Amino acid sequence: MAKFTLQVNGQSRTVDVAPETPLLWVLRDHLDLVGTKFGCGIGQCRACTVHIGGQPVQACMTPVSGVGRKPVVTIEGLSTDGSHPLQKAWCELDVAQCGYCQAGQLMTASALLAENPKPTDEDIDNAMAGNLCRCGTYLRIRAGIHRAAELTSARSPKEAAQ
Amino acid sequence: MNPYEAPTPPTLPTLDRRDFLRLTSVASGGLVLGSFLKTAGNVQAAEIAKAAPAGDFTPNAFIRLGLDGSITLIAPRPDSGQGVKTSLPMLLAEDLEAPWQSVTVQMADLNAIYGSQAAGGSTSTPTFYTLLRQLGTTARIMLVEAAAQTWGVPASECVAEAAVVHHRASQRSLAYRDLVARAATLPVPDAKRAVLKDAKDFKLLGRRISGVDNQKIVTGQNLFGLDFKLPGMAYAVFEKCPVFGGKVVSANLERIKTLPGVKDAFIIEGTSDLRGLMPGVAILADSTWAALSARRQLKVVWNEGTHANDSWDNFTQQAQALAAKGTGNVVRKDGDIDAAFAAASKTVEAAYSYPFISHANLEPQNCTARVSADHAEIWAPTQNPGAGADMINKVLGIPKANISVHILRAGGGFGRRLSADFVIEAAAIAQKAGVPVKLTWTREDDLRHDHFRPGGFHFLKGGVDASGKITAWRNHTVLFAGGLSPDEFPSRFIPNHLGLSSVIDNGVPMGPWRAPGSCVFAFVYQSFIDELAHAAGRDPLAVRLEILGDHGTVPGTGERGTPYNAARMKAVVKLVAEKSGWGKKLPRGQGQGIAFHFSHRGYIAQVAEVTVSQAGELRVDRVVCVSDVGSQIVNLSGAENQVEGSIVDGLSAAWRQELNIERGRIVEANLAEYQLLRMPDAPRKIECHFLPSDNPPTGLGEPVLPPLAPAVANAIFAATGKRIRQLPFSKTDMSWS
Repeated sequence: MAKFTLQVNGQSRTVDVAPETPLLWVLRDHLDLVGTKFGCGIGQCRACTVHIGGQPVQACMTPVSGVGRKPVVTIEGLSTDGSHPLQKAWCELDVAQCGYCQAGQLMTASALLAENPKPTDEDIDNAMAGNLCRCGTYLRIRAGIHRAAELTSARSPKEAAQ
Repeated sequence: MNPYEAPTPPTLPTLDRRDFLRLTSVASGGLVLGSFLKTAGNVQAAEIAKAAPAGDFTPNAFIRLGLDGSITLIAPRPDSGQGVKTSLPMLLAEDLEAPWQSVTVQMADLNAIYGSQAAGGSTSTPTFYTLLRQLGTTARIMLVEAAAQTWGVPASECVAEAAVVHHRASQRSLAYRDLVARAATLPVPDAKRAVLKDAKDFKLLGRRISGVDNQKIVTGQNLFGLDFKLPGMAYAVFEKCPVFGGKVVSANLERIKTLPGVKDAFIIEGTSDLRGLMPGVAILADSTWAALSARRQLKVVWNEGTHANDSWDNFTQQAQALAAKGTGNVVRKDGDIDAAFAAASKTVEAAYSYPFISHANLEPQNCTARVSADHAEIWAPTQNPGAGADMINKVLGIPKANISVHILRAGGGFGRRLSADFVIEAAAIAQKAGVPVKLTWTREDDLRHDHFRPGGFHFLKGGVDASGKITAWRNHTVLFAGGLSPDEFPSRFIPNHLGLSSVIDNGVPMGPWRAPGSCVFAFVYQSFIDELAHAAGRDPLAVRLEILGDHGTVPGTGERGTPYNAARMKAVVKLVAEKSGWGKKLPRGQGQGIAFHFSHRGYIAQVAEVTVSQAGELRVDRVVCVSDVGSQIVNLSGAENQVEGSIVDGLSAAWRQELNIERGRIVEANLAEYQLLRMPDAPRKIECHFLPSDNPPTGLGEPVLPPLAPAVANAIFAATGKRIRQLPFSKTDMSWS
C-alpha cells in the first residue's frame, strides 16, 4: 500500500492503495466517484474513459501510480451542473438507452470537441470508434455531438472560451 | 424455460370493482385502493399508504399527491434501457392530468401490489397500458369531485388540467395540492366511471419525452446496480468452473486469505441448477481491486462433470448426422410434401446455422446483498426481481415475506437479467460471510457464464411451381433445447409443409436473448424465402405478398398457438416497400433486401440497403423500418430509440458475434475476441415509421430486431450474389468480381 495524492475534478484527493490499482477502482471504490464505469477491464469498451491532462484515457488500464500530479477529470467534473453542451444535447436528444456507456461516450466526445469544435461524421466515427454502446445508440451519439457543436458555437465567444 | 421462446405473457389484469376499487382507510388520513392482485393488494396498499407522509393522497399504489403539491408516480417495472421507467409513468400522468415536468418518478421495490414486475417478453406496454390510465383517471375523478364539493357545483361542470381543477362558469380554480385533503376522504368511484380520454386529447402520449434518468446518466450520479454501496460491505468475486456444470473439489483458500485486503475466502457448494447457484469459490476483500488481485492467485481443482468434451464442432457433426438420417419429431405436416416436390418446377436445398452468442450487457452482472439466517435484503440491476426472491426462498430457505428486493437501474438487459443467478450468488455469499456483500462479475465471468442464446441448425428444402409460387417447404430444425414450433412462419401459409425437430444433448446454460427464437429463426426463414424467390426468378417482395395472400387472421395451432394477422403484416410490408423505394436500380456492389417478422405482438418489416466492396467489405447504408405495434405509441422518443437500437443490435449480433465452445467451455475471453458493433459500422441511416392500427398498444423492446439480419443478408445477396447461410456474416467471404 502507498499514498497517492490525485488532482480529481479540481480537488486534491489522497488515497492509500496498492500502486498497481487501476484508477477506475480508485475512483469508484475509494473516492466514491461511481460515474466512471467498469465494462471489460482491458480497454476494449471504454466505459471507463476519463481525462488525464486533458486527454481521454482508459481508467481501467491506468495504474494509480502512473497518474502523478496531472489533473484528472471524470464525468462528475465535466461540468459543475450538467450544463456542458454535450450533457445538454444528450438530454435534449434522449441519447441514452440503458445509459451505462454514456459517461465514457461523453468524456471521449468532449475531448474530441475540445480539439475539433465542428467535427464531421467521419471525424466523429474515428474518435468514437473505441467506445462501445451495447444498446446501439450510435446514431444518437453522433447526432448529439453535432448538436453540442451547434450549442457551443451559438454561445457568445466569451462563454465559449470559459 | 425454452430459450428459443419468449417468456409466456402474463395474464393481463382486468379491472373490476371487487379487486381494484377496494377502499382501505389508514391512520395517516390518506386512503388507498387495493390494486389488481386479489390476495395481496389490500394489505400492501395499506402499508404503502402508511409509509407516505401524513395527509398525502394515495389513491392507489402508483400515485401519491402531497399536500405540498408534489406528484410522485411509481415505475413498476425495472428499466434496463427499454425505457419503461419513463413510459409507464407517462400513462399515469396522462389521465391524471399531471404536467410531466412537475412529476417525480420513483422506481418501485419488489411488491406483489404491482403485479408481475418481470420486464421481459416486451410485455410492459400491453400489460400496463390500460391499467395505468385507469388508475390515473380514477384519481383525477376523485380530485374533481373534491373541487366540486368545495364549490357546491356538479362535478360534471368541472375539468382538470395541469394539476388544477377549474369551474369555468364561475371562473374558480383549485390546485390539486389544495384538494388532496378532501379527496382522501371521498368514496372511490366505480371503475365503470373511469372513462379514458380520447387519443385526440392526449397531451403526453405520443410525444417525444426524454428519459427520466437522463440527467443522472450524463452527470455520472449513483444510479446503476454496480454503483450501490452499503456501509461495512465486502467486495466479492466468485470463481466458477469454466466447464459448464463443473464442481469445486478443492482450492488454496488458506493462501488466498493471507493476501492483501482479503477478508475471507470460501467454497460455495451450490446446486446443480445451471441457471441457479452454481458451485464456486468466493473471495471477499476490502475493495474490488483487492478481490480481483487475490483471485489471480486462486488455484481450484475442479470436477468438470459430464460435458467436458462438448464442442461446437461436435455439435455441428451431430446436427449434420441427424439431418442426413432425416428423422426427427414431426411437429407439422400439411398437404403432401413428396408430391409437391415431385411436381415442383424448381427445388432448393440449403443448410443454415448460427452460433451461441452472449448478451454482453455492458454492466457486468452484479448484486449487493445483506442476508441473515432468515432475512434477505437485495439491491440488484435486474429485469426480474421476483425471480431473485423466489430463488433465495428456494435455495436458502428464507421465507418470502422476509425477502426485500430493491430494483436498481441495469446497464443493459436483453433477457440476461431475467435470470437470478447473480442474485442468489450474492445472497449465498453474504449469508455465509455474515457481512453485506457486493458481488461483481468480471467481463470474463460474464462471457463465460452467460445463459447463452443457443445456436441452431436448419436443413431446408423448398419447391416452387411453374408459376413461381412456393408450394413446398421442408424444415428439419436441430436445436439445443425445446424444439421447433408448429406455427413458425411460413407454416400455415405454405400448402405442403413438413416440420421436423431434433434436439442435441448438451450441458450449456441457455436463456432468452432479445426476441428469443425469433432473433435467429427470422434470419433463416426470411433468407430462404429469398432464395426461393430468386430461384423462381421473381421479385422477393412479390413472393412475400403472395405468401401472405388475402388471409386475415390465421389461428395458431394448439393451446399456446399464436394467431397471425396476415393483413397487418401485409400492410407493413407494402409500406416499407413504398418508403424505401423498393426495386430501384442499383449498381453492382449495392443492393436492397427485404424481410418481415411477427413476434411479441408486433408486425415489423424492414428494407436494408448495403454496399459491399469488391474486397468484400460491408457497409449498411440505410435501414427503413415499418412497425405496427398497435394504435398508440406511448413515448415516441423511446419507441424510436428501441427501433434504432434493435436495428444496431441486430446487425451487431449478425455481423461478428459468435462464441465457440471447446472442451466444454467458452473460448472467447473478453471483448477483444467477442466483437460487438462499433460506431463506424452502424447503419449510416435508420428510418423509423410506425403504422398505427386498430389494435391495443404493444411493446417494442424486441420485435424490431428479428427482421434486420435477413434484410441485410438478402441485400448482400442482391449486391454480390453471395448467399449468407451462416451467422455471423463475417464467416462468409463477400468479395465479388
